[in-house]
Amino acid sequence: MTAFLSGLLRLRRGPWEMLATILIALGVVMLMQPFFLWAYTWSFLVTLVGTVMFIIVSHFPE
Amino acid sequence: MTNPIEAAARATPAPIARRVRGLSDRTIAWLFVAPTIFLLLAINIFPLIWTVRLSFTNYAANRPNREVEWVGLRNYTRILTDDGIWANMQTTAHFLVWTIFLQVVIGFTLAWLINRKFRGNDLLTTLIVLPMMLSPAVVGNFWTFLYQPQIGLVNYAVELVTGIPASSFSMLGPGGLAKWSIIIVDTWMWTPFVMLICLAGLRSIPDYIYEAAEVDRASKWRQFWTITVPMVLPFLMLAVLFRGIENFKMFDMVVLLTGGGPGNETLLASIDLKREAFEKWRTGYSSAYAIILFVTVFGLASIYVKALNKVKER
Repeated sequence: MTAFLSGLLRLRRGPWEMLATILIALGVVMLMQPFFLWAYTWSFLVTLVGTVMFIIVSHFPE
Repeated sequence: MTNPIEAAARATPAPIARRVRGLSDRTIAWLFVAPTIFLLLAINIFPLIWTVRLSFTNYAANRPNREVEWVGLRNYTRILTDDGIWANMQTTAHFLVWTIFLQVVIGFTLAWLINRKFRGNDLLTTLIVLPMMLSPAVVGNFWTFLYQPQIGLVNYAVELVTGIPASSFSMLGPGGLAKWSIIIVDTWMWTPFVMLICLAGLRSIPDYIYEAAEVDRASKWRQFWTITVPMVLPFLMLAVLFRGIENFKMFDMVVLLTGGGPGNETLLASIDLKREAFEKWRTGYSSAYAIILFVTVFGLASIYVKALNKVKER
């Protein structure tokens, strides 16, 4: 966990990509879950943020 | 014998040769790549940007002379608060989860069995892979016949096994079976694909790892969970992501089988999108719908590329 947080602070690709991946996966789950309408409403924003973040952080150093 | 490069150089007309002689290798490389880039921009990037623009308007393609109004985020807000579209997303999720689950379980089992050496192994592999080679249109049509309540083989088989009269139920009609019917067809068609990827993963495991495990007296069960599964997992993940992206966009086969019906029981997001765009002609609204699906698929594709790179690194 400490290595993950330190990687985030030092703008390293691995942890940031992991974070973006989690956001994308969360967005997809929110889009398709049958329980909360509010989660469906915000799902697109979460996926969009994750996807844009993924594109940006894939240029960070290893 | 004349060198072909020299021959080509000699055949080049003098004015062109003079012009080209002054160009750097980099420029020549760009000249070769330029038509492809131009086509890519014209066919992929421009329509995408245009769709994003349309998604903020009330444009209707069947009324091109009507004044187009800028509606801001209204289309997105409507879609993301619409109970009907939310239900379609759940139908898509149901289809996605079950097809992937069944394809992974059956695909991996088949790969594990095929990976052993036995007579007729190659023939069996070819037969198993056959459904994957068929067009979705063909698959959709012949499964429609197989699902016919009166003459279909599926109903006949069910009657034979369970005693339920063949004409008393319809696999594609009302009664809640349609959702499962499309899952069966997709699983039948795409399990071989998952099997092939798993087979590649299984064949990439070196024998000496199993030999070392045998020396350490590890049981077959232990070998399976500590060697086979972890080493095949990246390949399996790849198959799951690939099928996930493909099935999220599923359209042709389901349209041929059920057309989204009965009612809205099998109305996947992609089918609903087509209805909004080309039956109701709400182009701006459907553009926003398409962008939402695109971003989701693009996000999944990003994860897919990352997983692919990890597999390559192994």
